[in-house]
Amino acid sequence: MSAIGEMERATATDTGVLRFITCGSVDDGKSTLIGRLLHDTRAIFEDQLAAVQRATWKRGQDELDLSLLTDGLEAEREQGITIDVAYRYFATPQRKFIIADTPGHEQYTRNMVTGASTADAAIVLIDARKGVLTQTRRHTYIAHLLGVRHIIVAINKMDLVDYDQAVFERIRADFLAFARSLDLGNLQFIPLSALRGDQVVETGAGLPWYQGPTLLSVLEGINVLNETEALPLRYPVQLVVRQGAGADFRGFAGRLVSGVLAVGDELLVLPSNRVSRVKEIVSLDQSLPLAVAGDSVTVVLEDEIDISRGDMLCDPASPPLALKSLAARICWFSEEPLSTANRFVLKHTSRSVKAKIAAIVDRVDINTLERQSAHGLLAMNDIAHVTVSLAQPLFVDAYDSNRETGSFILIDETTNHTVAAGMIELNPGNKA
Amino acid sequence: MNTATLERPAATSRQLPERNHLDWLESEAIFILRELAGECANPVLFFSGGKDSIVLLRLAEKAFRPARFPFPLLHIDTGHNFQEVLDFRDARAAELGERLLVRSVEDSIGRGTVRLRSETESRNAAQSVTLLESIEEFGFDAAIGGARRDEEKARAKERVFSFRDEFGQWDPKNQRPELWSLYNTRVHKGEHMRVFPISNWTELDVWQYIEREQLAVPHIYYAHQRRIVRRKGLLVPVTPLTPPREGELVEEVTVRFRTVGDITCTCPVASTAATTAQIIAETVLTTVTERGATRMDDQTSDASMERRKKEGYF
Repeated sequence: MSAIGEMERATATDTGVLRFITCGSVDDGKSTLIGRLLHDTRAIFEDQLAAVQRATWKRGQDELDLSLLTDGLEAEREQGITIDVAYRYFATPQRKFIIADTPGHEQYTRNMVTGASTADAAIVLIDARKGVLTQTRRHTYIAHLLGVRHIIVAINKMDLVDYDQAVFERIRADFLAFARSLDLGNLQFIPLSALRGDQVVETGAGLPWYQGPTLLSVLEGINVLNETEALPLRYPVQLVVRQGAGADFRGFAGRLVSGVLAVGDELLVLPSNRVSRVKEIVSLDQSLPLAVAGDSVTVVLEDEIDISRGDMLCDPASPPLALKSLAARICWFSEEPLSTANRFVLKHTSRSVKAKIAAIVDRVDINTLERQSAHGLLAMNDIAHVTVSLAQPLFVDAYDSNRETGSFILIDETTNHTVAAGMIELNPGNKA
Repeated sequence: MNTATLERPAATSRQLPERNHLDWLESEAIFILRELAGECANPVLFFSGGKDSIVLLRLAEKAFRPARFPFPLLHIDTGHNFQEVLDFRDARAAELGERLLVRSVEDSIGRGTVRLRSETESRNAAQSVTLLESIEEFGFDAAIGGARRDEEKARAKERVFSFRDEFGQWDPKNQRPELWSLYNTRVHKGEHMRVFPISNWTELDVWQYIEREQLAVPHIYYAHQRRIVRRKGLLVPVTPLTPPREGELVEEVTVRFRTVGDITCTCPVASTAATTAQIIAETVLTTVTERGATRMDDQTSDASMERRKKEGYF
């Protein structure tokens, strides 16, 4: 960061962390875009650039290849592909950014699902010369499926179409036509050139007809916290904290996944269905008046109630549903196909229960968004509608309204592998 | 989302506190430590006396106090550590009233499980052997470390809960996908997890947190006078283990350490930063990565960290 950046840091408000995912293939200039973001926010160090230079020469290329900066592992450089999710970091005086960098190949749907699961925003990259492609639809659908609230469509390589506004407008219209069926939340279109640096961090000279914000300004402006603070209180208990022998401190440690919690608030405890009030909110030696979504704290209640890990404290006025059978969309990760004979451990918030897939309703063709018969079997990277039977009830919300209490993973009991990601639907309709 | 859930609860009228990036990182790390405590039967925390593990201890205090930590602290001593870092390690563990275990590479050499070519050879890689022996000795099923993804390219792909097989190996091509904040902590007997609560922190975040929490760190992190020689662009400290080579000029320079590892491969940087605030200012402006400026062993090849990690390195 520059000296100017440092001075800005002193005055700008630090609004926390924004996590985003970049969707696209190397051909769309994804690695160049990430390289550009890191470079122009001064997150790349000289020795990293020198290593990229050495690697570039070793490959017999001349011009510095910024994609090598983000293609991390020896194993994947040998194959010339990116094999997994990598995380990158940069910061501006406004906030810290975490990029989930996932490969764009079709066979790696699971990587994009993984990266999107924690993303607040998704950058969908389109090559201005090619327009909306099948993979654009696929990436947008997955971002939407995983509940990414802010979709930024970055129409890249504008320099290769003479910065033509008509190209940008046509692609935007095409995208809107296809996206109508998805009911996307916040959608923004930005023409840019990652290679030249136009409209990424700096405004650049190439796009005078574009009056909107740069990509970085859009990322800086997204408000994340208010969205989760506004939801009903959900507080999964992770641990019961007791002070050593003799003392009577008994607190419930956890992280507020949504809502606001204040001393004196009435709480419903699940599964016991008991009601109590917040006596104290503790963090180390501090006593806090309130905690907001995202905070890790320890809560002391006024009444003696039997509470253990996996229980949930929640808003009595709008509690989650206690369900033993779930409708969900899942993404299947394992090379072994899913069959309804399998048994799993299902992890949801801080609670794990035994589960099985009662029925595979249908699978979604992620290129056409058509729902098709799964013939009772799912293969790796398939996305499907299923019903899940549980050994004990879980306290759930629809994934659409609360990502943390609406999501789960399935773990194979024998191999311990994570084999599926699930998103709970309370009113499954005809949506893809 | 339905419209009912969009309406703010009664809390709307209250003035809600702002949360900055350190709050976010702290909260995430505490969450990870508590998940580990809730799900792993026999965890351990690597504590070296270095800044990252000092931050880990602070986060553990916030996660578990007023209770004691649900794990002991473990240091793998290469026998080539800076004495004041070891003193700091012992003092901090005593101050917290937590149990500190120390296992040394020297003992592995005695057992013949580590064989070095020379007394002054870097023991950084040899640590892996002693570390895996300790994990076996105590039957640990999870080991918490202060590694960060910004440190090195191979680490950018590391999971928060990172699976190790019964030989302690990391298989980067076969990692468990990690979604939302749902960590799969399950292992079979003999296997274990490496857990990295500050995965998402950068060097700058660590120093900002040290400043905010007013954490003490060993003095060699701050500017001091030290005898060094200049070698391949690095400032190599002159010690009995790293004597000057023929023809090298020994100088006394004002330096600080950005990392405090094995003496034989850790170099200071020229700096006059005498306070944490000054280190933060320097970190904001620095143009070389933490390891690039200070580690002789990572420069060997572009993939040296990846190879060491596969072999069980921390």
